[in-house]
Amino acid sequence: MTGALKNIIYNCRAATLLIEKRMLGEITAVETLKLRIHLAGCSFCRTYQQQSLLINRLFTGFPSPELKLDEEFMASLKQKIEKEINKN
Amino acid sequence: MNEEKQKSSLAKQIHSDPVTWVDQYANYLYRFAIARLRDEEVARDLVQDTFLAALQQLSRFEGKSSEKTWLAAILKNKISDFHRNRATKGLKEIKQAESDQQHFFDKENGHWNAAHAPRAFGLENDNPLLMKELGEILNECLKKLPALWFTVFSMKHMDDLESESICTELKLSDSNFWVIMHRTKLNLRACIQKHWN
Repeated sequence: MTGALKNIIYNCRAATLLIEKRMLGEITAVETLKLRIHLAGCSFCRTYQQQSLLINRLFTGFPSPELKLDEEFMASLKQKIEKEINKN
Repeated sequence: MNEEKQKSSLAKQIHSDPVTWVDQYANYLYRFAIARLRDEEVARDLVQDTFLAALQQLSRFEGKSSEKTWLAAILKNKISDFHRNRATKGLKEIKQAESDQQHFFDKENGHWNAAHAPRAFGLENDNPLLMKELGEILNECLKKLPALWFTVFSMKHMDDLESESICTELKLSDSNFWVIMHRTKLNLRACIQKHWN
């Protein structure tokens, strides 16, 4: 086994970096293979991968469509705009 | 007479009516901003700045795009300015966040250290209540991220930008970009694990 291969097979720090890169679609075929071998033997990194995906989903799913500005702020905003229009 | 009438209705079509902006677009712009900033105060400020800037540029709005698209483009620029400005600050925060993750992995072999290794959240069936709770924890964790990390993460995920354009905008190298994406995720995941249950 080459040093580099051994390195990634046992290295969770390197594997989690590859997981992040792969999720955004940017790793090589060799890296994909290395990662697959790592994940086959590492349940921690498999959990990491699931949770990492979940975090992305939660992040992009925010905010809910119900999120609104309060009436008071909207009213003051309207006032400011009208004031600005009347200036000109 | 007729001609004048035509003219004024044409003017209405082309030009925009700022009095109606707040009702029509404020909430849309607010949601757009808060998705990218995760800070209510800043999001409100930028929505206001957007309307005021739009008033100044009103004569340049030619109706080539919709009013909504035009306002969103102004807001986008304001968000970029805010991000760029903030990204250059907070070196101390970054140092702290980096040292917090020093012990995540074994220094020699890169294995997860037992105390920091990922544990299942126990969410296998996507319970909506639990997901909501998890989302709230994530929001708290996002607030604690160093500004630059948040900016990079948000630009990549919310605007689906190419990594290259984020690097150019924030003056980062490609490897620096990936280090930040990786560290951000390690940080967020660990923060959620710490506060979950």
